[in-house]
Amino acid sequence: MTTVQDRSAMPQEREPNPALSDPDRPIGYGRVQRKEDPRFIRGRGRYLDDIVLPGMLHGAILRSPVAHARLVSVDTTEALAHPKVRAVVTGKDLEGLNLAWAPTLSADVQAVLATDKVRFQGQEVAFVVADDRYAARDALELIDVEYEDLPPVVDARRALDPGAPVIRDDKEGQTDNHVFDWEAGDAAATDAVFARADVVVSEEVVYPRVHPAPMETCGAIADYEPVEGRLTLYETSQAPHAHRTLFAMVAGIPEHKIRVISPDIGGGFGNKVGIYPGYILAVVGSIVTGRPVKWVEDRSENLMSTSFARDYIMRGEVAATREGKILAVRTTVLADHGAFNATAQPTKYPAGFFSIFTGSYDLEAAHCSVTGVYTNKAPGGVAYACSFRVTEAVYLVERMVDVLAAELAMDPAELRLKNFIRPEQFPYRNKTGWEYDSGDYEPAMRMAMDRIGYADLRREQAERRDRGELMGIGVSFFTETVGAGPRKHMDIVGLGMADGAEVRVHPTGKAVVRLSVQTQGQGHETTFAQILAEELGIPPEDIDVVHGDTDNTPFGLGTYGSRSTPVSGGAVALAARKVKDKARLIAAAMLETRPEDLEWEKGRWFVAGDPTVGKTIAEIALGAHGTVALPEGVDGNLDAEVTYDPPNLTFPFGAYICVVDVDPGTGKVHVRRFVAVDDCGTRINPMIVEGQIHGGLADGVGMALMEFIGFDEQGNCLGGSFMDYLIPTAVEVPDWETGYTVTPSPHHPIGAKGIGESATVGSPPAVVNAVVDALAPFGIRHMDMPCTPARVWAAMQGRPTPPV
Amino acid sequence: MQVSMTVNGTEVSRDVEPRQLLVHFLRETLGLTGTHWGCDTSNCGTCVVLVDGVPVKSCTQLAAMTAGHEVRTVEGLADGGTLDPVQQGFMEEHGLQCGFCTPGMMLTARALLDRQPHPDETTIREAISGQICRCTGYATIVRSIQWAAAHPAAAPSDQEVRA
Repeated sequence: MTTVQDRSAMPQEREPNPALSDPDRPIGYGRVQRKEDPRFIRGRGRYLDDIVLPGMLHGAILRSPVAHARLVSVDTTEALAHPKVRAVVTGKDLEGLNLAWAPTLSADVQAVLATDKVRFQGQEVAFVVADDRYAARDALELIDVEYEDLPPVVDARRALDPGAPVIRDDKEGQTDNHVFDWEAGDAAATDAVFARADVVVSEEVVYPRVHPAPMETCGAIADYEPVEGRLTLYETSQAPHAHRTLFAMVAGIPEHKIRVISPDIGGGFGNKVGIYPGYILAVVGSIVTGRPVKWVEDRSENLMSTSFARDYIMRGEVAATREGKILAVRTTVLADHGAFNATAQPTKYPAGFFSIFTGSYDLEAAHCSVTGVYTNKAPGGVAYACSFRVTEAVYLVERMVDVLAAELAMDPAELRLKNFIRPEQFPYRNKTGWEYDSGDYEPAMRMAMDRIGYADLRREQAERRDRGELMGIGVSFFTETVGAGPRKHMDIVGLGMADGAEVRVHPTGKAVVRLSVQTQGQGHETTFAQILAEELGIPPEDIDVVHGDTDNTPFGLGTYGSRSTPVSGGAVALAARKVKDKARLIAAAMLETRPEDLEWEKGRWFVAGDPTVGKTIAEIALGAHGTVALPEGVDGNLDAEVTYDPPNLTFPFGAYICVVDVDPGTGKVHVRRFVAVDDCGTRINPMIVEGQIHGGLADGVGMALMEFIGFDEQGNCLGGSFMDYLIPTAVEVPDWETGYTVTPSPHHPIGAKGIGESATVGSPPAVVNAVVDALAPFGIRHMDMPCTPARVWAAMQGRPTPPV
Repeated sequence: MQVSMTVNGTEVSRDVEPRQLLVHFLRETLGLTGTHWGCDTSNCGTCVVLVDGVPVKSCTQLAAMTAGHEVRTVEGLADGGTLDPVQQGFMEEHGLQCGFCTPGMMLTARALLDRQPHPDETTIREAISGQICRCTGYATIVRSIQWAAAHPAAAPSDQEVRA
């Protein structure tokens, strides 16, 4: 069983009512079965492609077969003659509507349909609307496009070469492939520390391009009603409100006439944050035909054109003393942003939160600089549960700490323990400006080491090495920065990163919570009901959670970057507390006493000193909506709405240890064990928390060992189907072993820190560190992901290669 | 062309294009949207249904090829108001998150348990290894199937299923 180290400072509620303390049926936090499961296990989920509207047509996109070419002509004559085709839209048509280009989430533009050039393989060239799915695909074959090939820029390292083809000649004044330069930390102070350090290690560390690949691909159904000018847009969106606002800005349809509905989402992982050309084309198709238009991409379209993740080439350096005190870290990064800068991240953070690459360590100095470049590849970059590039940051520092450990011949776990930020240093301001809200790292690390039997494993490893066997033990320790974020620092296209929640207690004491965030499988319908239950004492099954419909929920920026619980969770708790405060006033009126004479127990206000006299939330709700004479200034409901602007981000952390065996003959890596100890602060539903961790651990094994979007020299995507983009199945991952500590966030209303991305962030370095550790007998100190059998075998032969 | 088959115990007969995939026949012609579609290459397994009791990727088979056969989809797993133990197991052990791979996983599990009521963990993992889940990391799916194996009958009725 999991050992628990609860450092919670959260006040415990008195619970005199035994019904409230039934561990199998908690009213509040605890293991509760999910409210969404009954429909899913019956096949009654309602995903985008399940929706059929009367008269609905089907759209399909013709995509570029080449990475870089001038578009000479697009002939749609034959396609238009197809008896089932209702419309064909080209870039030229969109130019007439001023819709050929759309703004991205990073102050760039992206072609909706190509007009002048195609800039990556898979780019959108034409859109067909037909009576059915099959006919739309048939008609794509009838469109004749003439391309004039241009040399592609595939390797980001060559993007800034003098004479490199300029990809973005559409942008006025753009004479090269440079996107941005960005830095954090103090370069001079860092250089000074490096100059006097005993030991400096340096390594090029590549985090290759990968893809979130949710099981449900992206899609949209646009239903434009021309008489009133109303657009109903069903979308696979993690951020329906942000999408509505952006559609109002892009399409010129007034925001109050747009309704965005996100139905059940079959996984997102950041893939469903951006607005893709297909969504816009569905809208255009509906306007042009006067009928609803559905567009759903196939898997190859998903892998080749929608938001990829990572693609960071990092030169990492660590300065340390001979005794193993880490003094400073330094890195320069080349970031491949593809053909359009379409990353989804806060405006002031073009490299996301990468500057948290100082990790969990108390350092004297740090500096990072990131240069973004265009290449002839799909746009994107922030996705796949990355916490806004914390994934890349953690991978770099955790890989480099292992490189240092090898240099110093120190145990990597001991080296980490020696350098952790100490508990008394929190809140801790790191050298790039983040204020870590709380943390207690050593207990988590010790717990992971105990759970896996670290000392015994090291002994076993030594014995196996003597026999020529390749066993590796990989350690990683991560600190995330999630829950973006304070409005004064963080916005996306000018929209502050706050989120809303609205709570209504109905007259019978049942309740509804309306959220601006959007579940993609995380279990919001359960977790948020539990937050309200904990605050108000209403059983979770009596609480309905509404989300995914802009007409019926408050504004907010949506779910990504592990922000649902840190931001909307705060909003729900504060709204509930407003309701509770109001309930006290009404209860006082009902009991003919003063509010200050009442005390709260979960679900009930009662008279101090006489617990038998009180009013439950249900009684108070009926009173509020009934005939009770309400105190002055109190209106007749039990509702509240809060938009929560978090004062700081939250900093979940964890210690992961992975054990692998590598087949010396084939290079195949077998993950034997994986222990994950996480601290996400307050745990609302431990079952859901564990589930989030498990999923992220599988992601980490996938990225470390097999997932990879590669390109050939012509810019052909080599990871464009599940035949080539490999995702772990049940036989490639172990049974996860988990543990936890609880260090609540001091500034968050319920002490919660978020857990959605912790394991995706923390696990890749644990796996790669284990593989490299297994390969230590070959003198290998680093190898890049993915550690496929062929690449591991090549490394063993002394030919390690960066991923291409 | 006219195609007839038995779906979840009911005889159905429809006029379809010869090229129509079984997954589209189920989803679009019959409106049984519990069967999902997730890739172009028969790798992901979100479309798995049982044909004559055997798990089949319904994107790999034409509707016409299924004529005369018996198809079981997720909509046919529960027996009236009584859940299949596999369905109950997935709720008990958190075997699903987004729910997209779930119908296919549950049907493979049903077929496995029909063939082998007490499979070991390796057997379970191999049975579902033709299917991808992006959310769960598989451990809870394995536990869900183990739960179903340990509770072969008498799953609670709908009314007793707590949210």
